Amino acid sequence: MKVLVAVKRVVDYNVKVRAKADGTDVDLNNVKMSINPFCEIAVEEAVRLKEAGTATEVIAVSVGDKSCQEQIRTALALGADRGIQVETESKVEPLVVAKLLKAVVDKEQPQLVILGKQSIDGDNNQTGQMLGALANMGQGTFASEVAVEGDKVNVIREIDGGLQTVSLKLPAIVTTDLRLNEPRYASLPNIMKAKKKQLDVYTPADLDVAVTSHITQKKVEAPAERKAGITVKDVEELVDKLKNEAKIIS
Amino acid sequence: MSTLVIAEHDNNGLKVSTLNAVAAAQVMGGEIDILVAGANCGAVATAAAAVPGIGKVLVADNVVYEHQLAENVSLLIAEVAAGYDNILAPATANCKNFLPRVAALLDVAQISDITSVESADTFQRPIYAGNVIATVQSTDAKKVITVRTTAFDGAPAEGGSAVIESLDVVHDAGISSFIGEEVVVSERPELTAASVVISGGRGMQNGENFKLLDGIADKLGAAIGASRAAVDAGFVPNDMQVGQTGKIVAPDLYVAVGISGAIQHLAGMKDSKVIVAINKDEDAPIFQVADYGLVADLFDALPELEAQL
Repeated sequence: MKVLVAVKRVVDYNVKVRAKADGTDVDLNNVKMSINPFCEIAVEEAVRLKEAGTATEVIAVSVGDKSCQEQIRTALALGADRGIQVETESKVEPLVVAKLLKAVVDKEQPQLVILGKQSIDGDNNQTGQMLGALANMGQGTFASEVAVEGDKVNVIREIDGGLQTVSLKLPAIVTTDLRLNEPRYASLPNIMKAKKKQLDVYTPADLDVAVTSHITQKKVEAPAERKAGITVKDVEELVDKLKNEAKIIS
Repeated sequence: MSTLVIAEHDNNGLKVSTLNAVAAAQVMGGEIDILVAGANCGAVATAAAAVPGIGKVLVADNVVYEHQLAENVSLLIAEVAAGYDNILAPATANCKNFLPRVAALLDVAQISDITSVESADTFQRPIYAGNVIATVQSTDAKKVITVRTTAFDGAPAEGGSAVIESLDVVHDAGISSFIGEEVVVSERPELTAASVVISGGRGMQNGENFKLLDGIADKLGAAIGASRAAVDAGFVPNDMQVGQTGKIVAPDLYVAVGISGAIQHLAGMKDSKVIVAINKDEDAPIFQVADYGLVADLFDALPELEAQL
């Protein structure tokens, strides 16, 4: 079976992002960009399915300008077989990304689509679910375990207060949570090999999808600062402060 | 203007997060109805009807909605949404699962995790793990929104008498089924509802040491949480994770033990009223947000704290 994995180019998770002084957007000048950590987990899961003999081909897809080819190459170095870039210079909202991915799904007919549960830039947590609705596929979001069995996939999901298991008819959508797996590092020979793997480029027009915008970003700003408090010298003083100053415990 | 709030519940009771979403809906103004989708969920409907200021409680009580599978519930909500300008739900794991599906079915954007309502179409929401607050304006006629529960004080639960109306709409997409659930049964309050939370980080060194938090949690009636570092290290399960990618909490008292204070953790707890940090590294960033910082080895401080409470 074919597995499609979506990857997104985002600010590296170690970078502390700041708003620009004029408040129009975040300042992304000269910051390190990486594959979104949840997408990396998605790639790893797909590659493991291939290694287990469940998947026959893993295709990595990304939506963005030319620079996102770097993240597709990362996915290829981790073990994906070929890549697809949907090239757009526009800032695409999750609904549009879902529509573009739906078009790729129609073209490629994968049995499983694996995405990160959210990207660490917009923190929207929407694209996988939206793709599920558009493609009329079942979804196993926030997955911590994925098991393909025949024409179904069982997904253990992280929910508030514990875990839930759902069974989905294939084709289906999975979005990854942190504990699904620990992604490997790409080896140098695999990084070299990845450069030669096939990477097709489509435009939204090729896929017959209009890049629309439903949300306008009016302003970005730093969150309200919380002022630092005091250092207490020992546990006794701490308990005293909590009781008599903060009056939070009795 | 009219708003439909999706109830968060477990078929037995209405979760308080619903009241936070109602509070956000009240800021937006206009008529507010609540939708309860579940099975044998009459008690939830009764509770929802008692929330003051609600016009109608719509109840879709059918076995296909029992576990609120996204594939089924989204079809229901998208249909009911026809009569409303806004669809709001608390940003719980459950609602985050199905609401984007609703938005896609309606061909509109979803605005996730709003922390403030600026006007009928403009909202604030944290992005980049809470490093930045974005003000966004929706151009959709129908708005689909999840509400960060800690940003809105819950609406009152009692005093109202809304009309309960049952819906006979049955949507079974037939592409997913519920197999089972492993919900941690605990004497302690739920993390997101607790008035006191005590969390451990990588400094706890292993899962066994989290027991050091038990006695203190018992005395304070606290829920126990953890940082992502502690979850990643395998000390504790992910449902204990407090942070941008875990649970967002804002208790009266938050005690961070052996937590350095990575931005993604701060994003999940910095709206707490009083923050206490215990860490042996005096340069740990957690001290920059703590009201009371104690520079100490947690293995000395925790037993002492338990004894003195």
